[in-house]
Amino acid sequence: MIRVKHLHKQFGETSILKDISTDFQQGKTNLIIGGSGSGKTVFLKCLLGLYSPDGGQIYYADRLLSDMDNNARKQLRQKIGMVFQGGALFDSMTVEENVMFPLRMFTDMSHQEMLHQVNEVLSRVNLNEANKKFPSEISGGMQKRVAIARAIVNNPRYLFCDEPNSGLDPKTAMVIDNLIMEITQEYNMTTIINTHDMNSVMEIGQNIVFLEHGCVAWEGDSTTIFNAEKQEVLDFVYSSNLFKKIRDIQRQK
Amino acid sequence: MKHFREIGAYFLMLGQVFRRPTKGSVLRELIFKEVEELILNSLGIVVFISFFVGGVVSIQTALNIDSPLIPDLLVGFATRQSVILEFAPTFISIVMAGKIGSFITSSIGSMRVTEQIDALEVMGINSLNYLVFPKIIALLFYPFVIGIAMFLGIFGGWVATVYGGFSSSAAFIEGIQSKFIPFHLVYAFIKSFVFAFILATVPSFKGYYMTGGALEVGKASTTAFVWTSVIIILANYVITILLLS
Ligand SMILES: Nc1ncnc2c1ncn2[C@@H]1O[C@H](COP(=O)(O)OP(=O)(O)OP(=O)(O)O)[C@@H](O)[C@H]1O
Ligand SMILES: [Mg+2]
Repeated sequence: MIRVKHLHKQFGETSILKDISTDFQQGKTNLIIGGSGSGKTVFLKCLLGLYSPDGGQIYYADRLLSDMDNNARKQLRQKIGMVFQGGALFDSMTVEENVMFPLRMFTDMSHQEMLHQVNEVLSRVNLNEANKKFPSEISGGMQKRVAIARAIVNNPRYLFCDEPNSGLDPKTAMVIDNLIMEITQEYNMTTIINTHDMNSVMEIGQNIVFLEHGCVAWEGDSTTIFNAEKQEVLDFVYSSNLFKKIRDIQRQK
Repeated sequence: MKHFREIGAYFLMLGQVFRRPTKGSVLRELIFKEVEELILNSLGIVVFISFFVGGVVSIQTALNIDSPLIPDLLVGFATRQSVILEFAPTFISIVMAGKIGSFITSSIGSMRVTEQIDALEVMGINSLNYLVFPKIIALLFYPFVIGIAMFLGIFGGWVATVYGGFSSSAAFIEGIQSKFIPFHLVYAFIKSFVFAFILATVPSFKGYYMTGGALEVGKASTTAFVWTSVIIILANYVITILLLS
């Protein structure tokens, strides 16, 4: 579990995150939603310790992140998988080498064992034809899937995904969503996902945090979100024409 | 003020580079790759420049001393002195600041802007050690490059002198051998080591701490070249005062 208390982060004079308190549950897919520029990525990077917060506390299973020394942080980070919004693949390495990288760094597996594991996760993200290609030679959606494979290859305890399925076709997006939920339950991970995709919200929204103006404007899950009392949340949900139409049809009945 | 802060940040970075080392087997591979990219891939240009600039140095010396009172062996002597003392260690290093330096800055800088460095950090890897330490080790071979430049510079001088008809081969070789002070070689190689360290770390610093996008990566490579050359020239000055005067 990850617990956040009164998190505050500013760049220069502008406060991006003002006062955020929430819990992210273990074994569940926790979603952070909100409009573009609402601070989702900044929030995630604070949780990871890539940005140091200007106030508040972050606890990983009751251990305060800011109290951890270098060694403890290193230990923790080896248990973290992260999918960056842009993929952040190492462009000097092939797809296979990218996915193998965490294994090479932190395990004593033989090359055969690593290769086996790499191929297994690559097939889980539906990507078996690109092992020897470089990131610049594959499509954006494929890069995303490689990034996901790299994040989960070493069975992390904590999984962070910054818009894992932006740039994917709806069918692959669904596969990825389901994969993330599956492994979250299978390995009892704490998974946090940034998204503004309503399909993901419906599919895997077991715990949803809605960010607006640097605050948590609403919390709930995929069933309660459609009846949320906050107008901003409803605006967000019904910004898609499809959902608007469904709502109208339901109202006519 | 800004420069003082940068100098401080530079030394803090060096502290991080030597801490929390990367796993040995991975590190070894990284070092091999850097040796190839920084050292082996630079040899071509070094060979080319050394040979021809060595030739020009000797031709100019020969042209300026057509007085019969000055012995012919001066051409070889002057070529040797300028190649060993300045041309090979310093001039080549400035060229390398352009070649190796901008390569290092742009490769680390583009890793910064595409969040690859963040990805390393998130995995619990000391990204400074991972990225910079192998470059420093690889550039321990840099004095070999300078050695090659010295040899080829003098060889280029010999070719230009003899085939240009400025003096005889025997006189040139006698010039090379006359009044040789071994400490000059020591001085040149000490310089090379210092320049190698500057070449590895200053462009890394500029790339690692850059912000922005692809455009800024280009700008950072240019400033890295300027700063690396300036620091090399200053270090050259200081080392020369300390060792030769
Ligand atoms: N390093 C930074 N320095 C200054 N401001 C920043 C920095 N990173 C983000 N911001 C600002 O913080 C705000 C939130 O950015 P963030 O990237 O978290 O948005 P987001 O919710 O992830 O949006 P999107 O859905 O488009 O990815 C933006 O206004 C942005 O300009
Ligand atoms: Mg974002």
